[in-house]
Amino acid sequence: MTMGEAGLASGLAVFAFVSLLGAAMGHDTAFSFHAALACVASLVSVVVIGNRYLDRPAELPPAEIGGRPNYNLGPIKFASAMAMFWGIAGFTVGLIIATQLAWPVLNLDLPWTTFGRLRPLHTSAVIFAFGGNVLIATSFYVVQKTCRTRLAGDLAPWFVVVGYNFFILIAGTGYLLGVTQSKEYAEPEWYADLWLTIVWVTYLLVFLMTLVKRKEPHIFVANWFYLAFILTIAVLHLGNNPALPVSFLGSKSYIAWGGVQDAMFQWWYGHNAVGFFLTAGFLAIMYYFIPKRAERPVYSYRLSIIHFWALIFLYIWAGPHHLHYTALPDWAQTLGMTFSIMLWMPSWGGMINGLMTLSGAWDKLRTDPVLRMMVVSVAFYGMSTFEGPMMSIKVVNSLSHYTDWTIGHVHSGALGWVGFVSFGALYCLVPWLWNRQLYSLKLVNWHFWISTIGIVLYISAMWVSGILQGLMWRAYTSLGFLEYSFIESVEAMHPFYIIRAAGGALFLVGALIMAFNLWMTVNAGQASETEGAGALQPAE
Amino acid sequence: MSLWNRHKVFEKNSIILIVGILVVIAIGGLVEITPLFYLKSTIEVVDGVRPYTPLELAGRNIYVREGCYLCHSQMIRPLRDEVERYGHYSLAAESMYDHPFQWGSKRTGPDLARVGGKYSDDWHVTHLINPRSIVPQSVMPGYPSLAKTELDPSDIVAHLRTSRAVGVPYTEDQIANAVADLKAQTDPDNPGSDAFQKRYPKALVRNFDGKAGNPTELDALIAYLQMLGTLVDFKLYNEKANLR
Repeated sequence: MTMGEAGLASGLAVFAFVSLLGAAMGHDTAFSFHAALACVASLVSVVVIGNRYLDRPAELPPAEIGGRPNYNLGPIKFASAMAMFWGIAGFTVGLIIATQLAWPVLNLDLPWTTFGRLRPLHTSAVIFAFGGNVLIATSFYVVQKTCRTRLAGDLAPWFVVVGYNFFILIAGTGYLLGVTQSKEYAEPEWYADLWLTIVWVTYLLVFLMTLVKRKEPHIFVANWFYLAFILTIAVLHLGNNPALPVSFLGSKSYIAWGGVQDAMFQWWYGHNAVGFFLTAGFLAIMYYFIPKRAERPVYSYRLSIIHFWALIFLYIWAGPHHLHYTALPDWAQTLGMTFSIMLWMPSWGGMINGLMTLSGAWDKLRTDPVLRMMVVSVAFYGMSTFEGPMMSIKVVNSLSHYTDWTIGHVHSGALGWVGFVSFGALYCLVPWLWNRQLYSLKLVNWHFWISTIGIVLYISAMWVSGILQGLMWRAYTSLGFLEYSFIESVEAMHPFYIIRAAGGALFLVGALIMAFNLWMTVNAGQASETEGAGALQPAE
Repeated sequence: MSLWNRHKVFEKNSIILIVGILVVIAIGGLVEITPLFYLKSTIEVVDGVRPYTPLELAGRNIYVREGCYLCHSQMIRPLRDEVERYGHYSLAAESMYDHPFQWGSKRTGPDLARVGGKYSDDWHVTHLINPRSIVPQSVMPGYPSLAKTELDPSDIVAHLRTSRAVGVPYTEDQIANAVADLKAQTDPDNPGSDAFQKRYPKALVRNFDGKAGNPTELDALIAYLQMLGTLVDFKLYNEKANLR
């Protein structure tokens, strides 16, 4: 038995015992429930580690077979499957809360089903569960391939993927039970945060150690972005979440920061969750999967160097644009606005680098819907990274802030950019991992068009409702009175909320088609002749 | 050696790359966040802001638990229409004891920074149980279970103590009497209510949910809503002294 196996198994056994005590002595049911989940999960893990030891050959899998790297694909397969699962779960909850806003009776007025508890479930499921699993899966794949070496660690990569998904489970069930610290996109309470810290540091170490033992002299550009994403998310998580629990046997805690400082920390975190989780990480996907799929080199290496450093330097300043005209001091607001506008340049530099990679291969867009999906995602990236800096200008923000315009902006980035580039990456990755040909390109084509129509419905509905809302709030009559009561603006949103829900439903249908397609690829697909180069057929 | 060649040191050494990233991402955050802790002008000097009473704090925790902040902001911007619709623009001082802050980012419903005293307790009781019985066009969920759930006073002392540890200036007296204060605030006939009002100036003492018996979650939430934005007297507030 290796040190790792023995250490992890005994560590988990101790953790199971501690969790059992926590479950028995917990001050609230949510805490006891989560401790019980941790106890069961640890015990199952101990059994699985034991079985693995008994089943495996005496030697661990070699790092190389016949001079070629023996890549570790198991954890990547797991994370890819979880990404698809959480994606559908997250889109479904999104659809539910969209319909709740159109027809409030659907809240059911039960504590566990109201908008206020389901909304964090939706955001966490799509960002951290779907997006996070896509990022972990692709980063573990890309770092191995571009370093030509097996992933560092034996159990550590498994600990990362399983531990991360366990964090999602704790966070998600917590929201339904009312466990939240109310910091947007950082709602999980102190014990979930601690667990995530352990998992995330392991993730960073696995990634870094794989880079360290690489066989290639250069670190490929995608890995810079992955590394910046993993490191910065760790910094943001630690900065935003220090909290003191009321009891170490209860779920409630009080955050260390208060008032204006807490607001600044929150949006420093919140905007860079966008900047590093939803942008840098997915740009890494762009830098590997688009060149690979188009069979073209990255357009400009120098542009990618400028893109990288400018993006990570400028993004971190942009947070205060979420706090325009608030009680945050003006100097901080102005800094945030200035850097947000400057951020437009590296964002578009990256977009150009991604799009121009298709030079000489544009014809493939006609025949390859997977590549088309990824290219359209980059176009959406360009659109929302223009819209973002515009909305960060204070006068524009005075109209757009607090309205649905923000929701529309987020979704043009989330559905168009993050969603589509993830779908494209999974359509590439699943056939590569299982050594199969993609089951049906025709279904990818259907997915592409249904989801695109869904996104267009969604974001145009939110543009109209957001701007309408903003204008109604500030409208004056000729006598100098406010023209509309607040509730009149709520009433005016109704048709747009229905259109938005319809758009979300189409996006979900597209994802279901994808899940079917990937399922058939794995279970009924033809074996592919050469890895990573599935023969392309016309989609028509 | 051109600049592009110099960049190779990052491309060929993972440790130098990670250190470079750390330095580059640290600058913006340090410049924007650290001054907020020492620049005196960050938080205005005002009279009247006090820590939450035990009942208000319990209500605030329900507000957090139910995710009210996802649809209601508590931050009035200094814009003509907002000041006329909601009242004086929000001051940083008004949320200085808020752990976490509840400024919000979206107004699916109206801002609540100064909702205190705007509606009667009865209005809130009816509205929280079934919003559409009082505002037919509302899209807010109903919260009937709040009225049926009694507050658990047992750990309120620990809540105050934890709040103090993160910087809320609760006194020993306030912490020691937390359980009694929790009950006294919903019961004007309670002998402890005078002492309670000394500990928390301007705190409202009444039966918020209108029902006899122990304080419910509805009592707590309404007590919190009814004090929001009422602590600073803007007739006395000196705007000029706090220009920044």
